[in-house]
Amino acid sequence: MNAVSLAATSGTHVTEDLSKYAMAVRGLTVSYGGKPVVFSVDMSIPTGSMTAIIGPNGAGKSTTLKAALGILKPLSGHVTIFGQPLDQARQRVSYVPQRASVDWDFPTRVIDVVLMGLYRQVGLLKRFSPALRAKALDCLTRVGMEEFATRQIGQLSGGQQQRVFLARALAQDADLYLLDEPFAGVDAATERAIIAVLKDLQARGKTVVAVHHDLATVPAYFDRVFIINTRAIAEGPLDTAFTDRALQEAYGGRLSTNHIEGLAQVS
Amino acid sequence: MLLDAFTLGLGYNATLVTLGSALLGGAAGVCGTFLFLRKRALVSDAISHATLPGVALAFLVMVALGGDGRNLIGLMAGSALSAVLGLWLVQKLTRHTRLAEDAAIGAILSVFFGFGIVLLTVIQTMEAGKQAGLESFLLGATAGMLKSEALTIAIGGAMSLLAVLLLRRPMTMVAFDPEYASATGMNVSRIDMLTMMLVMAVTVVGLKIVGLILIVALLIIPPVAARFWSDNSDTVALLSGAIGAVAGYTGAALSASAPSMPTGALIVLSAALLFTFSLILSPRRGLVAAALRQLKYRDQVHMRQGLLAIALQQPIYERLTLNMLGKQGLLRADGVPTDLGRARAAKALLDEERWRALRTLPQFEAAAARYDGLTDLEQILTPDQLTEIDAHLNRPHGVPA
Repeated sequence: MNAVSLAATSGTHVTEDLSKYAMAVRGLTVSYGGKPVVFSVDMSIPTGSMTAIIGPNGAGKSTTLKAALGILKPLSGHVTIFGQPLDQARQRVSYVPQRASVDWDFPTRVIDVVLMGLYRQVGLLKRFSPALRAKALDCLTRVGMEEFATRQIGQLSGGQQQRVFLARALAQDADLYLLDEPFAGVDAATERAIIAVLKDLQARGKTVVAVHHDLATVPAYFDRVFIINTRAIAEGPLDTAFTDRALQEAYGGRLSTNHIEGLAQVS
Repeated sequence: MLLDAFTLGLGYNATLVTLGSALLGGAAGVCGTFLFLRKRALVSDAISHATLPGVALAFLVMVALGGDGRNLIGLMAGSALSAVLGLWLVQKLTRHTRLAEDAAIGAILSVFFGFGIVLLTVIQTMEAGKQAGLESFLLGATAGMLKSEALTIAIGGAMSLLAVLLLRRPMTMVAFDPEYASATGMNVSRIDMLTMMLVMAVTVVGLKIVGLILIVALLIIPPVAARFWSDNSDTVALLSGAIGAVAGYTGAALSASAPSMPTGALIVLSAALLFTFSLILSPRRGLVAAALRQLKYRDQVHMRQGLLAIALQQPIYERLTLNMLGKQGLLRADGVPTDLGRARAAKALLDEERWRALRTLPQFEAAAARYDGLTDLEQILTPDQLTEIDAHLNRPHGVPA
C-alpha cells in the first residue's frame, strides 16, 4: 500500500517504501506559464529530522513546499505524508506561511488567529470550549506572546506576527511542521524564540522543514539540508549535503562559502 | 406622512416592503463583509450588471409562453442565470488570459449591461412590455410592489443570513489567510464560489428594491462603515448587517412617503450618511481621531526635542517648540530656561541616555523593541531594572531627579 511502483527502464517494477519518511515528494514539477519553477524534484524527509530548504531567490523553495501541500497545483508529482496520501494526513501537517502573505490590518485579534488552527476540531458552528481556548493561550505562551492575546494583529511587529503564525501551527498538534521563511525580517529575540520552539518540537519526535535564507545559521539550526535551484541539487545530513560544491552549484559563482562554519569538506 | 412611514403606519403592504427592505439591507451588509474582507468588492459590480440581460430574457420567455412577464420569481431566476454566466466568464478570462481580474470585470460588466439595455429597449416597443416596468430594475422601486413580492424578498434575505452563519468560519479563514486555509485541507476556490453565490443571491433578491446599478453600494458601504468601529471580523459583519438594515429601512420608509423617488438611491444615500458619520467620528480609525492623535504626537516630539536642546545647551529654532516650552513655564521670554525647565530637561536627557544604554544590553532586547523616542523608560521598566541600566551610564555623580 505504502509502496510506489516505478516503471524502470529494464521493464521490471521498482518499489520503494515511503512510510519511513515524514514527507516524501517524487517527481514534483511546477510551472508558471510554461516555465518550470520546480522541475522533477524528489525530496525525502526522515521522521524526527530538522531540514532547511535552501537555494537562491526564485529557486523554487517556497513553491516546493506549497505544491507539496496542494496550495499550488503541480504539473506532476506524488506526495506522501507518513506514507499516506496528503488528504488522509492533513491533520498531521501544520503549515506556517510567509508573514507577508496576509494583510495584517485584517480585523481580528491575536487569539482568534491561533484559534484558526483549531477550526477543524471545533467545526462550523460550535463555540470554542474553555479547554480549546486554554490550549490556544498555551500555544501563545510557548512563543512568548501570551500578553498579546487580545491585541488587534495590526499592532504587532514583524517578529511578533511570525510568532503568532507559529502559535497557530502549534495549536494543530501536528507531527510535521512546514515553515516558509520563518526567520525572514524578524528581530533577534524572535529568531531565538522560534528556533527554541522548533528544537523543542524535534526533541519530542516531531519533524520540521523550513525554507531558510541565511546560510550562516544552517549548521546551528538544522541537521539536514535540501538544496534546490529549480532542480534538486543535494539532500541529506549536513556532513554529506551541505558542501561547498553543492552550494556553488546552487548559487553559482556569486557565493563565497569560506565564511560559513560547519560547511562539510567533501571533495 | 413621513412619520407614518417610519413607524410603519402606511398600511400592510408598505410595512411589509419596509421590513423586507431592512432584511435585505441586513443580508447585503453581512454578505458584503466577507467580499470586502476578501478584497474582491468589485466582483459584486460584475454580478449585478450581469443580471440585466437575464431579467429581460426571462420576461421575453415568460411572455412567449403566454404567462405574466412580470412574475418576480421568474425574473429572479433569469437574472441569477445570467449573473452566473457573467461570473463564470470573468473567472475564465482571468484564468486563461493575462487579463487582471479588474479588467475582466470591466469588460464583462459593460458588455452584459449593454446587451441588457438593448433587450430592454426592444421590450419597450412590444405591446406587453409597455407597462412591464422593467426599467425599475435599474434603480429600484417599491411603489406598487405586491405582497408576494415583498415576502419573496424578505425570505431571500433571511436565507442568505442563515447561509452566512454556516459559512462564516471558513469564509473568515479564507479571507485572512487563503494559503493556510488551503494547507489545512479547505477547498479555497469552493469557499470563494460559495461567497460569490451568496452575493449573487442578495443581488438577485435586491434587484426589485435597490436596482442593479446601486446594489453594489449596499454590499460594500455597510462593511466599510462597520470597519471603522471594530477590529473583530465577526463584529464587523454584525455591525455591517445593522448598518445595512437601518439603511434599507430608512430608504424604503422615505420612498414610501415620496413614491416618485427611486428607492435604491434613497437606501444608498442613507447608507452613505452612516458611512460618512463613521469616517469622521469613529474613535479609533476616524479622521477626527487620527488628526488629534497626529497633533498630540507632534507636540510630544517638539516637547522632547526642546527639553533635550535645553539639557545639551543647544539653540532652539522652531517657533512651535519655543511657544510650548514658554507656555508650560519651562523657558522664560528671553530664552533662558526656568528651574522647572532645567529639571525636566535633565530628566529627559537621563531618559535618553538610559535608552541608549538599554539598546546595547542584550538582556533588554524586548524592551528595546519598544523604543519610539518618546516613551518614558520609567513606565516600562521596574526600579531594579533601571538601577541595572544606570550602572552602565557614564555619569560621574548623582543624577537629578
